[in-house]
Amino acid sequence: MKYAGLLVMPAGFFLSIAALILFPAPGPRTAFVLCGLAVEGMGLAVAVRGHMEAREERRP
Amino acid sequence: MTPAPVPPLSDVAFAFTLALLVLAPLAIAGVALINAGLGRSRSAAQALLGSVAIVAAAAIVFALVGSAWVGPVAGGAGHSFQLAGKSWNWLGASPFFLSGLAAALPQAQLGLLFELLAVAMAALIPWGSGMDRWRLTAGCAAAAVLAVFVFPLAAHWIWGGGWLSQLGVNFGLGAGFLDGGGAATVHVLGGLSALAVVWIAGSRKGKFPKEGLATAMPGHNAVYVVFGCLLALVGWQAWNVAGAILWLHTAPAALAVTAVNTLLSASAALAATFAVTQIRFGKPDASLCANGWLAGLVASSACAGLVTPVEALFVGLAAGIATPLMVELLELALSIDDPSGAITVHAAGGLWGLLAAGFFAPLPGQLLAQLVGIATLLGVLLPLVYLLFWLLNRVVPFRVDPDGERIGMDLHELGGGAYPEFVIHRDESYR
Repeated sequence: MKYAGLLVMPAGFFLSIAALILFPAPGPRTAFVLCGLAVEGMGLAVAVRGHMEAREERRP
Repeated sequence: MTPAPVPPLSDVAFAFTLALLVLAPLAIAGVALINAGLGRSRSAAQALLGSVAIVAAAAIVFALVGSAWVGPVAGGAGHSFQLAGKSWNWLGASPFFLSGLAAALPQAQLGLLFELLAVAMAALIPWGSGMDRWRLTAGCAAAAVLAVFVFPLAAHWIWGGGWLSQLGVNFGLGAGFLDGGGAATVHVLGGLSALAVVWIAGSRKGKFPKEGLATAMPGHNAVYVVFGCLLALVGWQAWNVAGAILWLHTAPAALAVTAVNTLLSASAALAATFAVTQIRFGKPDASLCANGWLAGLVASSACAGLVTPVEALFVGLAAGIATPLMVELLELALSIDDPSGAITVHAAGGLWGLLAAGFFAPLPGQLLAQLVGIATLLGVLLPLVYLLFWLLNRVVPFRVDPDGERIGMDLHELGGGAYPEFVIHRDESYR
């Protein structure tokens, strides 16, 4: 689960880069960059959740 | 698109910047002292020796190899590709082993010195998060990994004429991604590396028991921690002003404001953390206040050269309020054992500073440039660092063996303690 989260994060980065290239207007460009950041945030949340679950399993 | 030409430095400006960069290592000393104080007494010598060894390893590896990937101070040669009609400069192409440094432009020489100090600080930050269980050899190896590729990549993109610094030229986003004092290249990179280390090395033995709350493992020396804060202030002032000269090309008349903003941001952050911990615990907490002070300094690294003093106060205030709450959140809710608080202080503080720079900088499109930079730090550098550290952990195991953790890192790794005449606490004394 942690690895899945970390794999999602670059997808958010590419979304932000795509926004720069595809949308010259500031509104849509900003919206898509924010969407990219949101995807990264979700990836980070999944990775953190994966860390917590792994720790629960290893608890003495 | 060619980057904007960099204004040449006068002899006086060169000497002044060099003097600042000679003072900047005090920031590294301060962070090392804070880390040692926040760790346990039975690991104090290993913590400080590790700090020195990591600085040395990072500096050597960066000088021999990593500096080649950063490239010149601004613009110039690099590896680029074309996409959507724009040039994306993604990697520097300078000679290895610092060849030709003596003949380089004065600004390039100062830039390299700044980067050497920056890579040392970036490599030192995760050391504090891995305290009490991260082996010295593994810490040095991780520093080498950061210095050989990850830091140079970030530094080239932001300082060396890379694609992030060209966002303004290519896409009309303000002046491109701005990071005068190294909030991104040093602190966010270091803080995210700290997260990777904590995930890979795991928590300290007994930190998260099967039942009940996380075990409190307070730092062993509050005097080191608070004195480290004062040392760090001197280094940070020098660091931010030197960065404003080198990377933001700030006019001499505006440099005092950068120094004032640095102090104001740290002061507001300390006051806020002091108040928050007073309200939450009934008394101010020394280690959290130190973390708040440091978070204010880290946030100022991004924006001290770009904001007004009142805005710097606001930036520090927000950093100071968020720091103790986030330290608690990471430890109690997310089970992240970060003894030095580096993830909160350096990663979160740095990200906040970068965002604030975008909000307050008087340039259209600057906020979007900062957001793209933040997306790059989170979306590229964190997974990259985690992958490299995960591979490194297979070759040089990060975590000390259980016996080493039981007797302490000093005895296990160095054969002697930092305080041979004092009684060292056992694990049971924390419960």
